[in-house]
Amino acid sequence: MSLLSYFFGSKPKTASVAKERLSLIIAHERTTNRAPDFLPALQRELIEVISKYVNVGVDDIKVQLEKQDNCEILEVNITLPEQPTR
Amino acid sequence: MARVIVVTSGKGGVGKTTTSASISSGLALRGFKTAVIDFDVGLRNLDLIMGCERRVVYDLINVVNGEANLNQALIKDKHCENLFILPASQTRDKDALSEEGVEKVLKELEHMGFDYVICDSPAGIEKGAVMALTFADEAIVVTNPEVSSVRDSDRILGILQSKSRRAIEGREPVKEHLMVTRYSPKRVEEGEMLSYKDVQELLRVPLIGVIPESDDVLQASNQGTPAIHLKDSDVATAYQDVVARFLDEDRPLRFVAYEKPGILKRLFGGK
Repeated sequence: MSLLSYFFGSKPKTASVAKERLSLIIAHERTTNRAPDFLPALQRELIEVISKYVNVGVDDIKVQLEKQDNCEILEVNITLPEQPTR
Repeated sequence: MARVIVVTSGKGGVGKTTTSASISSGLALRGFKTAVIDFDVGLRNLDLIMGCERRVVYDLINVVNGEANLNQALIKDKHCENLFILPASQTRDKDALSEEGVEKVLKELEHMGFDYVICDSPAGIEKGAVMALTFADEAIVVTNPEVSSVRDSDRILGILQSKSRRAIEGREPVKEHLMVTRYSPKRVEEGEMLSYKDVQELLRVPLIGVIPESDDVLQASNQGTPAIHLKDSDVATAYQDVVARFLDEDRPLRFVAYEKPGILKRLFGGK
């Protein structure tokens, strides 16, 4: 197998591995590090309000700000429990 | 108006000081009155790279604290008529630099008729690095085609876009330039190194130049001569191209394509 790949040059290139890893980590860090300061507070208050009505935990609410060119998208993702408690 | 340019990278050892020395020399050679300031308080090295280490009397902190005036602290470069070096202090007090102090020095340089002020940033994202980029009009982000350097460059770009005066005051953003250094076309060709296009695609900043990996850089720093002055050197030519592009001249990229050595060269060696 290694002999075959030697002849056909199908050895995985490390540069493309590097590029793929970087594009993932940079995209991730751009959303977390460059988020405006109010996001954590917003997330906390949202949890407070929503948990008044639905039984949700801290991890069930995700607040993210995404930037696409000149357009900013505030994405609030709330995972509701299977059965509302009440 | 003096134009303030920060040379930054996040990661250390990628070539910030080498680049600051060469770009400031290049601008001075073009006739612009240029100052280059070392912001690496506690670990100054620009003086060594510029070959003026034995002429340092006063430094940036002395000027900020009013212990010396700018004229006393600025060291005239030995290669270029229009170039002056302001060394960093070797103090261990990290808080010696204040925003007001730096602003005062930059204003004074402007009054003295400087066209360009190059700020050589320390590595990291701490106070010194932030101070170096605070007043920048343009930024040259030095990046090696390697994962940690690219990631750190992205971090410093984020800081430029949030902590520079231009960002805070909502003015026109800092003009960013990407410079890829220590580039090896052979390793890129072999798929072992990120290409400059990859790096640019990841960081999304316009490319101002690619500096090839070369033994000449060590030779230059050994002698205290900025690499741009070297004779018959690809690195010197590449830096001259960067300066030309910085001044909006059109220069095609060089030293980015790998040419396979011919059979004769392979048999008989040679550089």
